[in-house]
Amino acid sequence: MSDTHAQSVAFVRETEIPQQPPPMLESGAVKWVRENLFSGWFNTIMTLIALYLVFKILVGAAPWFYNGVWDAGSIRECRDILAGKTGACFAVLVDRWDHLVFGFKYPQDAYWRPLIAFLLLLVAAAPALFGKYLPRKMLILTAIYPFVAFWLIWGGTLWLPVMVAASIIATAMVFRLVEGMAISTRQILAGAVGLVSGLGLAWLLFKGAGELVFIANNIGASGLSIVPYILFWAAGIFTYVCFIPMGIFVGYAIYQSAEDGGLVTIVTALFAIYFMLAYLLGPVSGTLNSIIPLELQAVPSRDMGGFMLCMILGTVCVSLSVPLGIVLALGRQSNMPLIKGVCVVFIEFVRGVPLITLLFVANVMLAYFMPPNSNFDLILRVIIMITMFSSAYIAEVIRGGLAALPKGQYEAADSLGLNYAQATRLIILPQALKISIPGIVNVAVGLFKDTTLVSVISMFDIVGMIRGPIQQSTDWISIYWEVYGFAALLFFVVCYSISQYSQWLERQLQTDHH
Amino acid sequence: MAEAAQMQVSDEVAITIQNMNKWYGTFHVLRDIDLTVQRGERIVICGPSGSGKSTLIRCIKALEEHQAGSIEVDGTLLSSDLKNIDKIRSEVGMCFQHFNLFPHLTILENCTLAPIWVRKTPKKEAEETAMHFLPKVKIPEQADKYPGQLSGGQQQRVAIARSLCMRPRIMLFDEPTSALDPEMIKEVLDTMIELAEEGMTMLCVTHEMGFARQVANRVIFMDAGQIVEQNEPEAFFNNPQSDRTKLFLSQILGH
Repeated sequence: MSDTHAQSVAFVRETEIPQQPPPMLESGAVKWVRENLFSGWFNTIMTLIALYLVFKILVGAAPWFYNGVWDAGSIRECRDILAGKTGACFAVLVDRWDHLVFGFKYPQDAYWRPLIAFLLLLVAAAPALFGKYLPRKMLILTAIYPFVAFWLIWGGTLWLPVMVAASIIATAMVFRLVEGMAISTRQILAGAVGLVSGLGLAWLLFKGAGELVFIANNIGASGLSIVPYILFWAAGIFTYVCFIPMGIFVGYAIYQSAEDGGLVTIVTALFAIYFMLAYLLGPVSGTLNSIIPLELQAVPSRDMGGFMLCMILGTVCVSLSVPLGIVLALGRQSNMPLIKGVCVVFIEFVRGVPLITLLFVANVMLAYFMPPNSNFDLILRVIIMITMFSSAYIAEVIRGGLAALPKGQYEAADSLGLNYAQATRLIILPQALKISIPGIVNVAVGLFKDTTLVSVISMFDIVGMIRGPIQQSTDWISIYWEVYGFAALLFFVVCYSISQYSQWLERQLQTDHH
Repeated sequence: MAEAAQMQVSDEVAITIQNMNKWYGTFHVLRDIDLTVQRGERIVICGPSGSGKSTLIRCIKALEEHQAGSIEVDGTLLSSDLKNIDKIRSEVGMCFQHFNLFPHLTILENCTLAPIWVRKTPKKEAEETAMHFLPKVKIPEQADKYPGQLSGGQQQRVAIARSLCMRPRIMLFDEPTSALDPEMIKEVLDTMIELAEEGMTMLCVTHEMGFARQVANRVIFMDAGQIVEQNEPEAFFNNPQSDRTKLFLSQILGH
């Protein structure tokens, strides 16, 4: 080499070496198999053992599927047909299909309604999930869907969901209106809203104080219940004492807020409108229905069941807990001690309590806190509890995403003059949520599977159906593998789709490919 | 160099800082800063790390709060009043050491975001403005790419264009070339020089002494939170007065 060295030191490349394909053994399937399955003697042995195990399992399980009985009226008939052979009794799925999917009380002639609601779900979810590829206007479908689905599944008059939708649109218009007002107009408005809501709050507290005392007397002062008795009495008296100062304080705070853009004003106005409408909704929609009847057979919440119940709870709770989680995460980052404190306490409390406890509270305990004869829908109570639970987890996931953003992003947004709302919506959240996708999906998938926990508070979701009406029946007593396997399959299909979607979404949002 | 010196400086005052002090906890990071910047002036601030130069310009941009003294930008007093802060922030543009582009938005969206949302400019007009400034920083053809697909130098030039789209009257630069490869430093400096030639009021924290000689009409040397020396570039580099300045200059120019 040394004799050529002198000549090769001074060197100028004048032509470019063309790209060439890699050698055969270094590309394609051959390379993959060699690198992943047979890269050394240890891996080769492991591969062979794994192949053997897969083979054994397949051979062992195949007859169970292959001999499966699809047409039988009971587990005894199945056994007669099988005559001692190994085989599954899939007939239970055929026989009890309706129960597994809709529960055993949902009216049979209304099965088409949840089915259509499910199909519409796919249509309504598409613009939200695949926004990039569909026209933006299709989001209207997503917005309308909750009302349509509610009407289809629960039945009753169409006017009720229409009224709710109308009130939401009205609030949005009020919001726009207030936003466009001059500061001085807004101040007058804030004063009026402050006065009304101060009075309203004082009145609510006054009623609440009476309620607390009522509960205390209900519990009674005997034995161990002396503690809650005293607590409720004390709370009642405290509320009696402070309902006027609280009303004044809140009213004044709302009035003051007008100077800072009137955010609190707007929010209060919205809530006020909601409360007013909530009282009016029932009577007004009833009247409208008597003029133009648009009605489906009403199905009470108690009659919901099967996989449909899991789907209802899963979809509603996921779509509610993500926005709530965002609000909680932002609140926890807030500079304002009160907001921060409320969020921290909520998150830490809810995370520290098992979901089952919350469900029991929803089922049993809440009834104690309600005025007598009040009818607070059970599914609604469960939805509130599950949403609270998962939103606390999602809040922590999103907080992680917020913390992962470089400080420079906040500074850049500030230095361009964006205000907090704009910076959060346009700069911070899009990036933080993108980072949080795997965590949010993790919580969502867990939440969806946790919906089966409602079976412990005697709701008949798919697991409740299997444990109760199916396994306890004389026809299908002690049938396990087929029904639980089917439930597992349903959940797997949904959860796997969610996880595939999230991976696709992550790839879509990737912008840093060099 | 000569033409830079001829660039006109008006008598109008752009920034007045009086007796400004700032602490991080108990650490006294800026001490008795007095500084007046005329409109059209190009000031280079240099000094060892930790001397408070970045903090100074971040205070002007209201990214940091000062605890004593006053800062006045274009006649607006920087106080805790949000309206004043917003006014100053939208009149003063800033470029950061790490560019801080928004990675989830395209180059064009990066440039149009603030005009659309803060200035309420119609989208079309904002895009026209952006397409006016992007060629000036020599990256019009990258408008639809994402920041992650650009080199560091290109990203910093986009960051400059993004600030310019808000039509600022003053530009602040916080070590704009410190995170760049040597080959890319020049392209960013060229952009800054062009900006200076157009008469923009500029405050640059930088260690690019060549840039200071060519463009600045005043160089400020800071150490330990104080302004130690300020002078015209010729005099500052050729005849530094304080020992601390001499030591600093010998260290950064010495090799």
